[in-house]
Amino acid sequence: MADLSIDFAGIRSPNPFWLASAPPANSGEQVMRAFDAGWGGAVWKTLGDPIVNVSSRFGAVDYAGQKVMGFNNIELITDRGLEVNLREIREVKKRYPKHAVIASLMTETKEDWKVLIRRCEDAGVDGLELNFGCPHGMCERGMGSSVGQEPKLLQEITAWTKEFAKTPVLVKLTPNIGDILDPGIAAVKGGADGLSLINTIKSIIGVDLNRLVPEPRVGNASTNGGYCGPAVKPIAMHMVASLARDPEVTIPISGIGGISNWRDAAEFIALGSTSVQVCTAVMHYGFRIVEDMIDGLSNYLDEQGMTSVRQLVGRAIPGFREWGDLDLGYQIVAKIDANKCIGCQLCVAACQDGAHQCIFTGPNDQQRPPHAHYPGTATAPRPQILGTVAGDRVPWVDEPECVGCNLCALVCPVPGCITMQETATETGDTWNRRVQEGRDKIPGGIHE
Amino acid sequence: MKSVLPQRRDELQLKDKKPLYSAAEARAEADRCLYCQDAPCIKACPTEIDIPTFIKKIATDNVRGSAKTIFEQNLLGYSCARVCPVEVLCVGACVYNAWHREPIQIGRLQRYATEKATEAGKPVLFTPAPPTGKRVALIGAGPASLACAGYLALEGHAAVIFEKRPFAGGLNTTGIAPYKLHVEDALHEVEWVQALGVEITTGMELGKDVFGKDLLRDYDAVYLGVGLGEDTKLRIPGEDGDGVYGATAWIERMKLTPTSERKLGRVLVIGGGNTAIDVARECALLGATEVTMVYRRDAASMSGYAHEMEGARKEGVRLVTRATPVAFERDAQGKLTGLKVTVDGAEQVLPCDMVALAIGQSKMHAIAAEFPGVELDARGCIVADPANGATGNAKVFSGGDCINGGKEVVNAVADGRNTARYLNQAWK
Ligand SMILES: Cc1cc2nc3c(=O)[nH]c(=O)nc-3n(C[C@H](O)[C@H](O)[C@H](O)COP(=O)(O)OP(=O)(O)OC[C@H]3O[C@@H](n4cnc5c(N)ncnc54)[C@H](O)[C@@H]3O)c2cc1C
Ligand SMILES: Cc1cc2nc3c(=O)[nH]c(=O)nc-3n(C[C@H](O)[C@H](O)[C@H](O)COP(=O)(O)O)c2cc1C
Ligand code: SF4
Ligand code: SF4
Ligand code: SF4
Repeated sequence: MADLSIDFAGIRSPNPFWLASAPPANSGEQVMRAFDAGWGGAVWKTLGDPIVNVSSRFGAVDYAGQKVMGFNNIELITDRGLEVNLREIREVKKRYPKHAVIASLMTETKEDWKVLIRRCEDAGVDGLELNFGCPHGMCERGMGSSVGQEPKLLQEITAWTKEFAKTPVLVKLTPNIGDILDPGIAAVKGGADGLSLINTIKSIIGVDLNRLVPEPRVGNASTNGGYCGPAVKPIAMHMVASLARDPEVTIPISGIGGISNWRDAAEFIALGSTSVQVCTAVMHYGFRIVEDMIDGLSNYLDEQGMTSVRQLVGRAIPGFREWGDLDLGYQIVAKIDANKCIGCQLCVAACQDGAHQCIFTGPNDQQRPPHAHYPGTATAPRPQILGTVAGDRVPWVDEPECVGCNLCALVCPVPGCITMQETATETGDTWNRRVQEGRDKIPGGIHE
Repeated sequence: MKSVLPQRRDELQLKDKKPLYSAAEARAEADRCLYCQDAPCIKACPTEIDIPTFIKKIATDNVRGSAKTIFEQNLLGYSCARVCPVEVLCVGACVYNAWHREPIQIGRLQRYATEKATEAGKPVLFTPAPPTGKRVALIGAGPASLACAGYLALEGHAAVIFEKRPFAGGLNTTGIAPYKLHVEDALHEVEWVQALGVEITTGMELGKDVFGKDLLRDYDAVYLGVGLGEDTKLRIPGEDGDGVYGATAWIERMKLTPTSERKLGRVLVIGGGNTAIDVARECALLGATEVTMVYRRDAASMSGYAHEMEGARKEGVRLVTRATPVAFERDAQGKLTGLKVTVDGAEQVLPCDMVALAIGQSKMHAIAAEFPGVELDARGCIVADPANGATGNAKVFSGGDCINGGKEVVNAVADGRNTARYLNQAWK
């Protein structure tokens, strides 16, 4: 069985699964139950001067029967006294010395940072995470994302904390910026030992159409909140990968954003995360989800022939190229397995209306589409392919016209029914190469 | 009309087999629909309702819009949702079947949308066009006439229905199995159609209270939606007398008259069609001690639907095939005691307390005689163009059971709608 333990900038954890700083890591009692369930670490709910929260404070997007595809909150940092939290942290560290306990912090003045760091380290935390991400409530007070959005300020405050901290300092970034590299590199320059991202994305989760008030509703009003959950995963992965690829970013990354199972975690790790943090999925299903995360990741590593999770870190990064370096000669086309097809013709609707008009039905439907570079008719295969279940409702692909965009395969409800098959493998012809060799002018442009 | 219904009726003992979905159930089911392109379910519906569209509207909680999509093609979408044999129509064509997965419950979704949108207190769904001055008389207040009249009224044409019975609705009111549709629900739909501007006069029989020549004089068109006639008889010894009923007459009594004290006892149902299966099931559900269907050929030749027969068997209905009735047996007081049949040539007596004859309904020759040019075919059905209902008389149109010999409610609705569309087009 693969070794799941990690060393994150000196913070050791039996596995890469940490609770993100959020309601699941709000109290000692919760964190201890999480550790019992298998979580390797916890970033405590952000400490600072206790705040007053509103009611209600959460909202969710459900999609096609799936609950909580996206989640948002207008909650602030901890509403519990510092002393209570520190006492509990001390207790947790005493009982779980091998697990990682990281204090998330947010405050204003240099002096306050000094006090907060000292008191947390005295309580025995393994590391610190600076919350420069909260996009509501705290930023108006000059904290949270208002720091994360100002690379200079972020660098300065990071440097202050490094003056005082004896344990590793992680900087948690906000995604509410133009380019994640700016705050990321500022954190590195400020001396951070690690990066955590993403915090939540500024959002309005919905509108109550009966009362005509945004949600989550506080009396007869609401405000923008922070978006998270499965829906934000692609955005978070892009930001993690973007930092992981950058040569200036030499410190480890803790990946956060929509991680719900081992597959999500493995993807984040392959894109350069050393640890992963989870909030929404725990809020939805509880601590128990970590069992499959550990089990699934471990099975996956075994199947891949990797002996430790460290071997997976960043393994998908070389597979990332800039657009201009992608192979222009590589070609795939759609193939429909007539015997799997159920005849819903969603691929036809998608290709006709949303792609390149090259999927047809029946032998007489062969009007060559307006998109075509030359007029003519598509040629239906002879004999017409009949499906075992869908009969003559099985559509057919005009292969020479198929641009291999994938859309039909994405919308087909039957797994494995439409596959995209290679017709030409890599040729090495890229846009950048064309530019270099002066082959970048294609007929039909502006200057003809 | 509902107010004159007896409070206690036998039919009320039979509860809905497919109850109304809750909002959450409806949305969960609607979300499963794939929204097929050129969807096969649409083609399988005789009224060609845009099924994927109405289902998607349920998924987005646009229940009013969903009901409108349904009613645009099928004005009686409310009763059709409950009585259609969906297993052989829309649901039977759903692509999920090909995938060996549970098909979308189109009927139940249709019931949800139409029932919710026509609930008392809901805003009106349609506003009729201003009057055109055209007037149509419709004979019979069954699904064919109701659909025709409703669509005519929406276009601003005056539609007046003459119905011989005290209740409108046709077989929806008098014949449909109560576990699909109760009388109140059929009448609710009738009232909804009336609210579109349709006028209905009950207790008016063509050939007795109203006459063809007067209608042809007073109206721009006449629509015949008279359905089929009385139950057919066997014409064998002992048939006349207590205990032997025509199936539709028995069902009508059970649905519309006050609950009888009489126990059902041992019941024989003669026939192998859907009416026979319905009546057998209803008797079983009403507590008959024994229900046996007696059919003259083998089970595979039965015209009733397999899914309905399966339902009847679950209710405990037995089936005797290859049996030909020869005579009814009665005791000295005239009380029914049994039915003598021959099974593969051998005689046998099936003991019973009641017999329902579900061997077909007669055709109504008298109706045709009222209108010069209207003809009957060899089966006794009115000859009409299925595309628009046109008969041999340029002013007379017809549809439903009386032209097709007895199909489903949805076929009658399609016929009525097509005639309305045709007339409206002609009068534009
Ligand atoms: C027992 C039974 C069960 C059925 N179950 C189903 C089912 O589950 N699902 C389904 O889809 N279909 C079912 N059907 C079939 C369905 O009821 C018919 O196809 C449908 O009702 C036909 O509609 P219609 O308008 O043509 O005729 P009808 O519904 O028969 O209506 C005809 C109307 O005309 C009136 N009328 C007749 N003569 C005159 C006259 N001279 N003057 C004035 N009025 C007159 C009658 O009183 C009646 O109200 C069933 C039929 C029967 C008999
Ligand atoms: C209700 C709630 C409260 C949160 N509070 C904090 C917080 O106090 N400090 C912090 O750094 N992040 C906070 N977050 C952000 C999460 O730690 C995490 O970055 C984000 O939810 C993305 O991860 P997820 O998609 O797994 O939920 C909070 C998130 C939620 C939903
Ligand atoms: S989407 Fe898939 S199942 Fe549907 S018609 Fe196309 S190939 Fe067949
Ligand atoms: S890959 Fe794109 S272009 Fe090709 S058939 Fe599918 S949808 Fe059409
Ligand atoms: S065939 Fe089934 S899945 Fe497709 S549109 Fe009709 S109901 Fe929906």
